[in-house]
Amino acid sequence: MSDAAARIAATDAATMLHGANAAELRASERGERRSLLGLTSPAVLLVLVIMVLPVGWLFYLSFIGSDGTFSMENYTRMLESKAYGRIFWTTFKVSFLTTGICIVIGYPLAYFLAQLPSRAANICMLAVLLPFWTSLLVRTYAWLVLLQRRGLINEWGMGLGLWGEPLPLVHNLNGTLIGMVHIMLPFLILPLYSSMKQISPDYLKAASNLGATPAQSFWQVFFPLSLPGLFAGSLIVFVLCLGFFVTPAVLGGGKVIMVSNQITNNIELFFNWGAASALGVVLLVLTLAILWGASKVLPLDNIIGGGH
Amino acid sequence: MGRIRNHDRSAVAVAAAGGVALASLGLSAGLALAEGSVTIASWGGAYQEAQDKALFQPGAEATGIEVKQETYGGMSDVRLKVQAGAVPWDIVSSGSGSAARAAEEGLLEPLDYNIIDVSNFYPGLYTDTCVGSDVFSVVLAYNTNTFSEDKVPKTWADFFNPEQFPGKRAYRDKVSGALEPAIMADGASLEEVYKVLDSEEGINRAIERVRQLKPHIAVFWKSGAQHAQLMKDGEVDMTTGWNGRFDVAAKDGAKVAYTFNQGLLDYDCFAIPKGAPNKDLAMKFLATISTAEMQANLPLHITYGPTNKKAYEIGQIDDALARKMPSHPDNAALQVPISLEWYAKWEQKASQMYQDMLTE
Repeated sequence: MSDAAARIAATDAATMLHGANAAELRASERGERRSLLGLTSPAVLLVLVIMVLPVGWLFYLSFIGSDGTFSMENYTRMLESKAYGRIFWTTFKVSFLTTGICIVIGYPLAYFLAQLPSRAANICMLAVLLPFWTSLLVRTYAWLVLLQRRGLINEWGMGLGLWGEPLPLVHNLNGTLIGMVHIMLPFLILPLYSSMKQISPDYLKAASNLGATPAQSFWQVFFPLSLPGLFAGSLIVFVLCLGFFVTPAVLGGGKVIMVSNQITNNIELFFNWGAASALGVVLLVLTLAILWGASKVLPLDNIIGGGH
Repeated sequence: MGRIRNHDRSAVAVAAAGGVALASLGLSAGLALAEGSVTIASWGGAYQEAQDKALFQPGAEATGIEVKQETYGGMSDVRLKVQAGAVPWDIVSSGSGSAARAAEEGLLEPLDYNIIDVSNFYPGLYTDTCVGSDVFSVVLAYNTNTFSEDKVPKTWADFFNPEQFPGKRAYRDKVSGALEPAIMADGASLEEVYKVLDSEEGINRAIERVRQLKPHIAVFWKSGAQHAQLMKDGEVDMTTGWNGRFDVAAKDGAKVAYTFNQGLLDYDCFAIPKGAPNKDLAMKFLATISTAEMQANLPLHITYGPTNKKAYEIGQIDDALARKMPSHPDNAALQVPISLEWYAKWEQKASQMYQDMLTE
């Protein structure tokens, strides 16, 4: 057999083999997909039952008027009353401020933790996590005790002559923000810390080796690499803030009315799930709109979507 | 729940003790000659504990009906159960206003006043579907340290006058019981209150008074526990609130006193949800706990007055205690009874207007 003939025969055999293999491969791929589907189906079913159905039900209820028929009254009420606009504004304002303060406090803290040797970092992390394990309600009431007119902080401050009149620390926006930042801080620090830990110190060494000042190597190397963690943390904080109920209710003094608080008001006042559902729907839609807008500006894909 | 939320009035710090007591209730009542059973839903805490000791236990003994107790979240729960066609409760304890609205929606069974004797009830303390269980009052309370003997606030005009009576205020966070004091501060007499409020201009007048006072209102309160705590902590110097709460707080050492003058007289009541499983027994049980003898027990456990006038006459409530009750004739004369008609007609509209003011 000549070389050429041999090569042709080999190629033929290869194509035949390949063709036969391809069918087999496809079959096994299908099988794999089926079994994968089988494996995920409980989770899919769960998501369907505990997520999609209730949200769908919520949408449906929001279009049911007080007389039990289809109606837009729950939505027109929101447009007619000035209060609703202000309540949504308050909700987003409080959430933005809380997220902002969390970033300002949390970033340096996470940075500090990431620089510590692991034993010390673990102990400090415990300090961050400890409040996390305490009931939200307990922490909120603890702030009330500390911040009120005759609370610990005002009594000491005035006792030491630092200020003359009790500071308005609680029953207003100040108190609400203090309480919410305290509760939300771990949600920012944890993802931020883990993304900072993944930044190899070698990058920073390389940067200084190439002549960067410490400030330059931080801002041009470390900071951009920590951004995914910062975005992830901020996003979690912001979205969780939107649904806050207890903290504004206890520390807001009835003046900081967020959407969740209004939902309970509506159920009590209108005796009607529709009026409350409509608020939930609007909050959900506004939140999704904001996240969508943010994803256009910020690289949120690798946080929300997971892939590219 | 709509207007004045009973469960909020229930416990200050005694709630924990209440839980234990409640857990043992079913048992003790169950020992009676089981004639059948009724399930009663109320607001828990010190309030339900008082109801249990004063009405439910003695009622169970007298009738032989076994009493099972639950707590619930108000008429929106009843609505859900009625709509689902599975009503677990035979009797629910409710605020007068939300009961009236639930009745309008057809969530309640009509009561049979041939069985329940209300001939000695104060007029207006029962409706076709709800029979009064206790009388309470929305009053002006003040800190006795801030305001000494010679200069205490006595009227709503004083409450709304921060120049004469400086100090931080607390006020209701919703419209129930919030417009009446404001309109009285604006000059309306007891008799005129609901006449003046019977128009959007009148409601606006009242809300405008609250708006002017707003810089001095440190807290808009949500619950009875809250307004009692605010007074106890000295967080505010004056507040509106439910009288029984302040008595509990004062007993705990809070520097708080209140006046019945220009107070708002309101009541709680018992109703039977539509489709209650033991309707007839429930009717019988309500008849028993509405008697003067049973009603006379209530003031011994909480400073809320009986709805049955005769309860004062049978000697169980001594004069000193009787004078503390919102429904004592001397006290009642100083107050304006809450108008359910007004709330039925205006509450939703007025709530929106009030909320606009709150969120400004």
